[in-house]
Amino acid sequence: MSEITPDLVRHLASLSRILVTDQEVEQFAGELSVIVDSVAMVTKAVSGDVAATSHPIPMANVYREDVILPSLTQEQALSAAPDSADGRFKVNAILDED
Amino acid sequence: MTDIIGASAATLAEMIITKNASSVEITSAFLDRMEKLNPKTNSYLHINRENSLEQAKNADKHLADGKPLSALHGVPIAVKDNLTTTDAPTTSGSKILEGWVPQYDATVVAKIRQAGMPILGKTNLDEFAMGSSTEFSAYGPSRNPWDLGRIPGGSGGGSSSAVSGHLAPLALGSDTGGSIRFPAAVTGSVGAKPTYGAVSRYGLIALASSLDQIGPVTNDVMDAALLQDIIAGHDPHDSTSLPNSLGSMTNAVREADVKGLRVGVVKQLSSDGFQDGVKERFEDTIEKLTAAGATIVEVDCPSFEYAVAAYYLILPAEASSNLAKFDSVRFGLRVMPEGNPTIERVMAATREHGFGPEVKRRIILGTYALSSGYYDAYYGSAQKVRTLIQQDLAKAFEVADVLLTPTAPTTAFKIGEKINDPLAMYLNDIATIPANLAGIPGMSVPNGLAKEDGLPSGVQILAPAMQDAQMYRVASIIEKLYVSEWGAPLISQAPDLEVL
Repeated sequence: MSEITPDLVRHLASLSRILVTDQEVEQFAGELSVIVDSVAMVTKAVSGDVAATSHPIPMANVYREDVILPSLTQEQALSAAPDSADGRFKVNAILDED
Repeated sequence: MTDIIGASAATLAEMIITKNASSVEITSAFLDRMEKLNPKTNSYLHINRENSLEQAKNADKHLADGKPLSALHGVPIAVKDNLTTTDAPTTSGSKILEGWVPQYDATVVAKIRQAGMPILGKTNLDEFAMGSSTEFSAYGPSRNPWDLGRIPGGSGGGSSSAVSGHLAPLALGSDTGGSIRFPAAVTGSVGAKPTYGAVSRYGLIALASSLDQIGPVTNDVMDAALLQDIIAGHDPHDSTSLPNSLGSMTNAVREADVKGLRVGVVKQLSSDGFQDGVKERFEDTIEKLTAAGATIVEVDCPSFEYAVAAYYLILPAEASSNLAKFDSVRFGLRVMPEGNPTIERVMAATREHGFGPEVKRRIILGTYALSSGYYDAYYGSAQKVRTLIQQDLAKAFEVADVLLTPTAPTTAFKIGEKINDPLAMYLNDIATIPANLAGIPGMSVPNGLAKEDGLPSGVQILAPAMQDAQMYRVASIIEKLYVSEWGAPLISQAPDLEVL
């Protein structure tokens, strides 16, 4: 049985920037334990010398000519922002005041 | 109007070009039906009435002016709501994007516009395409036109129910682990996932970038081929887009011939875990192909046993990073907690309110799989399984031109039946996932109704990477064998949605 404890769920949720309720923590801990136990079988599928595949159709060094192409205007880029000011995205403070 | 509703996209294109019906007439007929019946199926999240009629008018003018026409000129189409459209909101089935109207069109959307195809509306999906039933859509589940109490498959259940219920002649879908093929199988329609990179992903809201692929959802194989030929091709906006053309799918369908065909049956995906009626239909397909002259061989793909496990590590890992962009800063929802919160607390509150349970589950799982100490064991092993699956397939394709499997383990299940059991839900994709992990093309074609419940079943055709034409060839052969038995495509046996 894997160790997806409620505390680990809280930590992972905080890394994922998702607030979770106590009820969700309990629920996810149970569900994720079952899922992790099941997917952990991949560790038995392979022995050492198998190459990893990160992409199904290998392609490398995909370049294009270094020319300026049309892109969104500043106004368009900001048009869906929840808040903006002076042509920029506006957000709350990054650091706590205290 | 009855000759419009139910006609194939190819027939509608023919009606337009021969001036037996205008694009405006055809588009209006579908819009009227959508407005009447969408409350039953919840296929559409947005109906694009005014814009689509404007586009239809332009298509008619284009024809009158004698300009060059695409093979589906004037035929209206439905678009899955995870593809960006500048003339309609794009939510990806999530509250976090409610009301968002993108500033750019997805490449496939630009291509269907270029082809003169009016956009009827945006179809429902599981939130961010995470699911196989549409029950995880923030806007309620879509319903299967064969039985409104059952799921239409997912994540593309909006597109599959729209097409099989004739609320659109054809649609665009996206397939990360089976989201085009599974819905096609359970609604008696046709769905194709092209080779990875054959169709540009630019403007597709990414779920798992190394697995996602856009493809056609239709009522017959020729319509799928016509649509794939329109949307495929290199796109500089997508660095994983294939530089070369894969040829004409339409020609492959027209020239389909069973002569010399070698069909592989995957040992691991032909018996255990499949509903009896689905198994019986699959055996029937194999018998028909044998009788028609195909050679059948059994192929062994032992690593397929690990495919679902590898998928549910790779997908959440990629999704957890792809969905980091929903941060309340540039677009989408922003939820302000009380007081004077930091941006980090705003993000966490926004994501708590904006994401549904399955999305949270997968983001947390992905964060776990990528965390230090687990990365090599989980994500690393899953990537190695991907290699093993490719090796199994390469060996299988030495003795077979295509592989066949049942598309789905069961017919459409009831709404609510699997919603509280994530693991059971994940197993719906057992036969479709290997194609995404390996990047090969896969397609589902109807092969009849299961004996125990009278619901549609599908057969999946897998071909080697870049050999989409071979897949279409076999899909066309199978379709012909069945249509000659039934007298018409399976969809003509579906109940009348108006009286359901």
